[in-house]
Amino acid sequence: MATTTMTMAKALNEGLRRAMEKNPKVLLMGEDIGRLGGVFRITDGLQKDFGEDRVVDTPLAESAIVGTAVGLAIRGYRAVCEIQFDGFVYPAFDQIVSQVAKLHKRSDGAYVMAMVIRIPFQGGIGAIEHHSESPEPYFAQTAGLRVVSPSTPNDAYWMIQQSIEHDDPIIFCEPKSRYWEKGEVDLETPPAGLFDALVRREGTDVTLVGYGASMKTALRAAETAAVEGMSIEVIDARSIAPLDIEVMAKSLEKTGRVVVVQESPHTASVGSEIISELTQRCFYSLKAPGLRVSGYHVPYPPTRIEEDYRPTVDRILDAVDRVMGFES
Amino acid sequence: MIDEELVQLLTPEGERVENSEYQSTLNGDEIFGFYRDMVIIRRLCNESTSLQRQGQLALWAPIQGQEAAQIGAGRALAPMDFTFPTYREHGIAWCRGVPPEDMLRLFRAVSNGGWDPQKYRHSVPTVVLGTQTLHAVGYAMGIQRDGAEEAAMAFFGDGASSQGDVLEAFVWAASFNAPVVFFCQNNQWGISTPSTVQSKIPLYHRAHGFGFPGVRVDGNDVLAVYEVSKRALDSARVGGGPTLIEAYTYRIGAHTTSDDPTRYRIDAEVEVWKHRDPVERVKALLVREYKVKNADFDDVAAEADAMALKLREDVLAMSRPDPITMFDHAYAAPHPLIEEGRREMIDLGISGGEL
Repeated sequence: MATTTMTMAKALNEGLRRAMEKNPKVLLMGEDIGRLGGVFRITDGLQKDFGEDRVVDTPLAESAIVGTAVGLAIRGYRAVCEIQFDGFVYPAFDQIVSQVAKLHKRSDGAYVMAMVIRIPFQGGIGAIEHHSESPEPYFAQTAGLRVVSPSTPNDAYWMIQQSIEHDDPIIFCEPKSRYWEKGEVDLETPPAGLFDALVRREGTDVTLVGYGASMKTALRAAETAAVEGMSIEVIDARSIAPLDIEVMAKSLEKTGRVVVVQESPHTASVGSEIISELTQRCFYSLKAPGLRVSGYHVPYPPTRIEEDYRPTVDRILDAVDRVMGFES
Repeated sequence: MIDEELVQLLTPEGERVENSEYQSTLNGDEIFGFYRDMVIIRRLCNESTSLQRQGQLALWAPIQGQEAAQIGAGRALAPMDFTFPTYREHGIAWCRGVPPEDMLRLFRAVSNGGWDPQKYRHSVPTVVLGTQTLHAVGYAMGIQRDGAEEAAMAFFGDGASSQGDVLEAFVWAASFNAPVVFFCQNNQWGISTPSTVQSKIPLYHRAHGFGFPGVRVDGNDVLAVYEVSKRALDSARVGGGPTLIEAYTYRIGAHTTSDDPTRYRIDAEVEVWKHRDPVERVKALLVREYKVKNADFDDVAAEADAMALKLREDVLAMSRPDPITMFDHAYAAPHPLIEEGRREMIDLGISGGEL
């Protein structure tokens, strides 16, 4: 097995490089992604190697980045659009939900809207406003789109390639606070299908589901709980839309208790959907109501206090205690 | 004269006009062909309005008054060019070969599109204003990467000219020197909003600010629209970059069949524009210069009537789709929620379709 250690940022860079080598129709578009290599350096060196026609430094207009990717898709290209920060995706919202998501349908299948819209999301980097948001529920609700999020360098390397090869448009949410953390990357075999959830840690008392940056926090919470004698199974959803609900249901049938961790506010969130689906499927296995540990229902706070907004190990353990203490 | 910079080759009375920049290259047969196109598309439009009034269409967007703008541009296109319409480009669709009945599927509310956009190289209708201009620019960027001598043409109106997407499309087209022609039909009204509210300067002047040429053409003069469009497309195909064409015209009818223009504009204005009718001026030219006979015009009218009759039959034959077809093409690849929806519809007996 050829494995190597690299950061998530490097894994994404290598994944993009491999996709571009494989398919000459793949091109990258975004603000500052060429000479600069992107504000997070995800596309570092790619313009030098693939040229300005395939790594396109665009004017600063998000709707146009996505809208022109639509035209390129009609022409048979596969654009990977970089949205510089989560809070900047909204100018492209119409193009994403009314055009990208619907054109396959509106053309009765004649248009294949193969594209990837990369969004560095979630908080934890001490940024100023509009740089720490979790917009994934907006897109998860839209028919025609798929939404995924890697939490490890290995997933990042493979999921970006799988997304580019996929024929439906993919909203690719990158946990920016994990960009610089290293992990093992298997360069030969993907860990799973693009839309598969994975069990990251096995356990028997509580099922803890998360995605993106929340995964590291969830795993820490499981380690801490283990010291206290609780066995927590941790599942990485990986695909936010569609959800791999079977993997979660299988776990819940074993544990009877579920907690979902996410950074977005909990109303109409991915966690709401997970708990609703699981309740429907596993009602008679439930020992406690499912709980969500989320961001609060406020605009993302100034980042000096963001760690009191984002789910912490303590808040997750509090939810774990509540489901463990539930008397039926 | 509406504007001294307006390119016009034919007066409303059908007299030729000398223009230092543009000369008509069309022969009599070609002009007669354009006349035929305009008569047929007007007939199609009138039949569709009737169908809507009779409850057979959910909506219709008339083009009466704009036939020359659309036929002039549509006939200037080469087969390999690709067009990006709004919901009102019936004349462009006609020139691209889209069957009339397919143009009405959206308005019959049996489809979200209606035709195969790749087959006719004519994109699906766009209802959210201006979005298609960016698709055209992206497509044009693809043409550049393929090294093809083709062009994209984006259609929009004076109302959509205020949309951010249109202005972003101008920026991108200029920055990348994209082979795209922006064709704005200024029909003077965005539903009830006059074009003077959309822009304090002539719309075609905007192009200069973005760094590419803009031309205002008499949108009711099919000869002029053809020449202006052809030159812009020819230039785009060989690396000349984008052009904005403002086809100065008028929407004689309502915005759509849901609209009542008598609430916001005066009859006198409509009457002025009726005297600038795009079809009559070509007919006058054909009679005077090419000695076209009444019988030939009658043949065209009969052909248009036959088309309308067939269109009516085709529309009435478009029945309610099986509900399960709503799941078709929602995604390109298999999706669990699509399978779930299909299964539920079959289990509940809503559809007799197959999984």
